[in-house]
Amino acid sequence: MGEWMTVTDPDLSSESKNICQYTSETKMSPSSLYSQQVLCSSIPLSKNVHSFFSAFCTEENIEQSISYLDQELTTFGFPSLYEESKGKDTKRELNIVAVLNCMNELLVLQRKNLLAQENVETQNLKLGSDMDHLQNCYAKLKEQLETSRREMIGLQERDRQLQCKNRNLHQLLKNEKDEVQKLQNIIASRATQYNHDMKRKEREYNKLKERLHQLVMNKKDKKIAMEVLNYVGRADGKRGSWRTGKTEARNEDEMYKILLNDYEYRQKQILMENAELKKVLQQMKKEMISLLSPQKQKPRERADDSTGTVISDAEEDAGELSRESMWDLSCETVREQLTNSIRKQWRILKSHVEKLDNQVSKVHLEGFNDEDVISRQDHEQETEKLELEIQQCKEMIKTQQQLLQQQLATACDDDTTSLLRDCYLLEEKERLKEEWSLFKEQKKNFEKERRSFTDAAIRLGLERKAFEEERASWLKQQFLNMTTFDHQNSENMKLFSAFPGSSDRDSLTVHSRPRQKKPHGVSNGSPVCTSKLTKSLPASPSTSDFCQTRSCASAHSSINVLNITPEETKPNQVGREGTNQKWSMASRPGSQEGCYSGCSSTYTNSHVEKDDLP
Amino acid sequence: MNFSEVFKLSSLLCKFSPDGKYLASCVQYRLVIRDVNTLQILQLYTCLDQIQHIEWSADSLFILCAMYKRGLVQVWSLEQPEWHCRIDEGSAGLVASCWSPDGRHILNTTEFHLRITVWSLCTKSVSYIKYPKACQQGVAFTRDGRYLALAERRDCKDHVSVFVCSDWQLLRHFDTETQDLAGIEWAPNGCVLAVWDTCLEYKVLLYSLDGRLLSAYCAYEWSLGVKSVAWSPSSQFLAVGSYDGKVRILNHVTWKVITEFGHPATVNNPKIVVYKEAEKNPRLALGRLAFPLPRAAAGPASTTESKYEVASAPVSLQTVKPVADRANPRIGVGALAFSPDNYFLATRSDSVPNAVWIWDIQKLRLFVVLEQLSPVRSFQWDPQQPRLAICTGGSKVYLWSPAGCVSVQVPGEGDFQVLSLCWHFSGDSLALLSKDHFCLCFLETGERVGTAFGRPGDHT
Repeated sequence: MGEWMTVTDPDLSSESKNICQYTSETKMSPSSLYSQQVLCSSIPLSKNVHSFFSAFCTEENIEQSISYLDQELTTFGFPSLYEESKGKDTKRELNIVAVLNCMNELLVLQRKNLLAQENVETQNLKLGSDMDHLQNCYAKLKEQLETSRREMIGLQERDRQLQCKNRNLHQLLKNEKDEVQKLQNIIASRATQYNHDMKRKEREYNKLKERLHQLVMNKKDKKIAMEVLNYVGRADGKRGSWRTGKTEARNEDEMYKILLNDYEYRQKQILMENAELKKVLQQMKKEMISLLSPQKQKPRERADDSTGTVISDAEEDAGELSRESMWDLSCETVREQLTNSIRKQWRILKSHVEKLDNQVSKVHLEGFNDEDVISRQDHEQETEKLELEIQQCKEMIKTQQQLLQQQLATACDDDTTSLLRDCYLLEEKERLKEEWSLFKEQKKNFEKERRSFTDAAIRLGLERKAFEEERASWLKQQFLNMTTFDHQNSENMKLFSAFPGSSDRDSLTVHSRPRQKKPHGVSNGSPVCTSKLTKSLPASPSTSDFCQTRSCASAHSSINVLNITPEETKPNQVGREGTNQKWSMASRPGSQEGCYSGCSSTYTNSHVEKDDLP
Repeated sequence: MNFSEVFKLSSLLCKFSPDGKYLASCVQYRLVIRDVNTLQILQLYTCLDQIQHIEWSADSLFILCAMYKRGLVQVWSLEQPEWHCRIDEGSAGLVASCWSPDGRHILNTTEFHLRITVWSLCTKSVSYIKYPKACQQGVAFTRDGRYLALAERRDCKDHVSVFVCSDWQLLRHFDTETQDLAGIEWAPNGCVLAVWDTCLEYKVLLYSLDGRLLSAYCAYEWSLGVKSVAWSPSSQFLAVGSYDGKVRILNHVTWKVITEFGHPATVNNPKIVVYKEAEKNPRLALGRLAFPLPRAAAGPASTTESKYEVASAPVSLQTVKPVADRANPRIGVGALAFSPDNYFLATRSDSVPNAVWIWDIQKLRLFVVLEQLSPVRSFQWDPQQPRLAICTGGSKVYLWSPAGCVSVQVPGEGDFQVLSLCWHFSGDSLALLSKDHFCLCFLETGERVGTAFGRPGDHT
């Protein structure tokens, strides 16, 4: 405080002189009008002062009051009201100029104090509202906490109940199991008992049967007989043969012959089936090889381990194939080889399909620039790159924000001096008022723009998602196309694999080219936004330039900003609290500076709206 | 489709000769032999008592008539009508009689399964086989007629004896790991013998001809087990129907289950065609109204015409609730039959008595379900083609082939309740048996199945 006081003092005195002249000579000048207004505005105060003075100073005690005032003022560091005394005896004359100066200074001080008070009040208000908000937040959070706590208790209770139920069910299950075991034991014991009884009864029954048999046989039942007119010849025309050891052996032989025949028949059938299956396998293998071999020409260029083994495998298999055709039906070794080779081929096919999958994904990202197969790594790199870019853009935005803030902050520091100046430069003030209104309008525009920007960002997100989906579906389709192609036949496959996606690529480049042209387009896809972004984002130097110019322009207007922003931003903040809490919360710590949030909000808007500025 | 006139019959005894030339039928104690084509009586034999069982010899030269009540078997020759043979089992009694595959021996089982007597028509020799087991199916000949497998019970253990039929020599004798053997059946190739245990225990054993145990299969424990068993004609599959309402198909390589056919009461798969028999003209005759006899109630479709309708997707079949406290509950798969070409398997679940399930054996899945208006009494495959004849005890015979199915009303005055049926081996005709009568049903020989059988309901 003391510093500027000393610096500006002489300046002030000279200016005040000028004002004195103005007021005395040209009474109809605009500045005088203003001063009159000022005076008018301070009429009630002056009245008070007058009444106060009337109490303080009367006709009788002018001298004393003047000397008192002089004393008081000198103690406060003002120059003396009296003229320099030329002699000790002479009565000191009241210096009107000094009085006026003092008065002016006092007035200035008063105004400043008022201003400061107002500031403090507004800040107080703001802090109060902040406080309210925070209290609200606190209450809300407390409530939330309470509800979540209650919920948790409820859940715990439910959990406990469920556990209890579970335990009960476990117990029941165990009981049931026990019951089942018991019942099974009962059944088993009953069964054994039943079997035992049955056996006993059967023995009795057998005894009876034996007895009956004996009775029936011993009776020499005459009735048991066969009456036949004449014996007929055997169906085969042969005579019955005696039972001898020879016939027994013959029967055995015959039986084994029958069994052997059956086994031979079955073996033949199995062999036939095996041969069929082998044929199918061979064919499958051949087709696999023919299907895979053209693919291998290209990966050969890569120094990839897996592809190398693949090629060697294929060559081996080709050798095996010829060998197998030689051996054909012998089982063990060939079978193993065949299954192994089929397994290998299958693995190759699998890896190939996976590769195709990768290829498709990369192709989709990069377009069909190179004919090389695109690996998943590249794809990931690409996404990483894009993410990095987004990060950079974000950082840039942040730095720009900071820059603007600093700019405005410095303006805030300067504003005390400019305020002083402003009091006198009334015309300028008028001009600035106009400018302020313009600025407000612009701000409104910025607000609008900002909204559109956020909308665009949302749209961007959606479009990005849609794009992702589209990509996924395209990948799938491509892969399916490839596989269905695989199924067709090997010749088609060869054609296809020789020019992978040659027909598709043309159509695809159409899709992919525009994306390549605008690198940001891949990430956002919104044309409206990108055009804006490409103009605004990479032009960081230009924005900094803009900041500078802006600071020049606002060097004068910043005081207005300072004056108004607290009132202006408040509704703004209230509005924003609803829409995006983050913003207001983030700006709060800086709100001590009074205009921080206002600045930041204007910053973003101005940043976007740069083109509209003259 | 033509029908012959109706002939008299008793005890459902009517059989085509194996060579397909003759038709034997019994009326009380008379045996009538007819020519299949002309249906003229060729021979008429008179037995000593009411005939209870008849059987053609494999060469169609002889026919035996068993009169169990009197313990008598009479054999007649077609070539020599004057030739006769009478076998008396005397006081030993008789419960079963059958031909040996060579057509020169008769196997008589005496009462209480004391023994099996083998009578020869060629020589005076008589053989006895002791300890035959009294069971559902204790005697089984191989299809080529070479071997006889016989279930025996000795010392409270089950045994199987394999005899050579040519000289009745014992070839193999082995005990089986069964609690209480219920039946034996040779595979059509004559190399594998399936043995199954009593219904109290699910157990199927497979023995080689030389007595080796090839495999034992048990699907589950505790509850009632095997109810029916059937070999596929190719010996490739063994279908085992059980009391849990499922058919399990074992394969001939590993003797493991390759599939299970359940018989749920609802058919949900829309791919499966469900033919539902429906009354065509549900007009009630006045007489029927006047006499709501139990018989009429039992066979509501006996007089009205019926047709098949294709039911749409979820079809719920009529089920009977088994009585829990009775023996031999009406549950489980009680009948199984493979078509002669191995392509189809027809089954009947006793808890869904009105339905016949036909399974596609190539695809091992359900193919068609036929739901009749009354319980299915029996079904039999045409020996020549996949064509199934079904009877339900009503006056209709039902035929199914892959092309479709038809319901055929047996013409004639009064009710002709088809209780049983048997195919001629050529598949050209079908004998329909009722309680007192039989008639022949001639199927168009010139036409093939596809043309002979229109879509369901085309003609009835």
